[in-house]
Amino acid sequence: MQAAIDQKKPGAKLSREIQAKLGQQLRAVYDDVVNQGVPDRFAALLEQLDKSDKGNS
Amino acid sequence: MDPAVRQAVLNAIPSLRAFAISLCGNVDRADDLVQETMLRALANIHSFQPGTNMSAWLFTILRNHFRSEYRKRRREVEDTDGSYAESLKSHPEQQGHVEFNEFREALAKLPPDQREALILVGASGFSYEEAANICGCAVGTIKSRVNRARTRLAELMAIETVDDFGPDRTTRAVLVGRDR
Repeated sequence: MQAAIDQKKPGAKLSREIQAKLGQQLRAVYDDVVNQGVPDRFAALLEQLDKSDKGNS
Repeated sequence: MDPAVRQAVLNAIPSLRAFAISLCGNVDRADDLVQETMLRALANIHSFQPGTNMSAWLFTILRNHFRSEYRKRRREVEDTDGSYAESLKSHPEQQGHVEFNEFREALAKLPPDQREALILVGASGFSYEEAANICGCAVGTIKSRVNRARTRLAELMAIETVDDFGPDRTTRAVLVGRDR
């Protein structure tokens, strides 16, 4: 057990399994926000920009 | 506004928000950042090259804007109003609430360069080349930042073997073939 800890140097390559798990967690955290979709304020902003766009042209 | 442009901007917003939250660690500020990005992008839409990746272009604008305006203020705003903590609460329980909070905390502790590289490549789905363009650095730099970010995350979460990940149904399902 001690040997396993000693072997682990900073910058040592992580196993593929660990990399895969970290990747899954990262995407879960990120997708949590993505899945919230487009908040109303941004849809409203685009609509407003669209109107002022038309007003100017 | 060109309907295609409008749609492309709209499509990019959810991912821009996720990126912005990872940069500034605060939902309200992230949303302001996204709004400012939209305004800047649309004001400079003539400099967008049709046929290139609109999403990558918007990420670049957001990232540069964050770097110039927000980074100086980052320390003082670090979750002083608790809105980041609040965003953590919104995570669905069934996906291993505690485990993901630990991950989020570790992610927040990464050096900004490493965190942004890891997010762009590992979550936003950009290639190393695209991430390098967004960050204005060499592809090799992105690769090494991503590697260091992963190693640091594992250290922060005290992960030595894959068994150190908490039991979690979602992620465990992937390993079922090996486990049983």
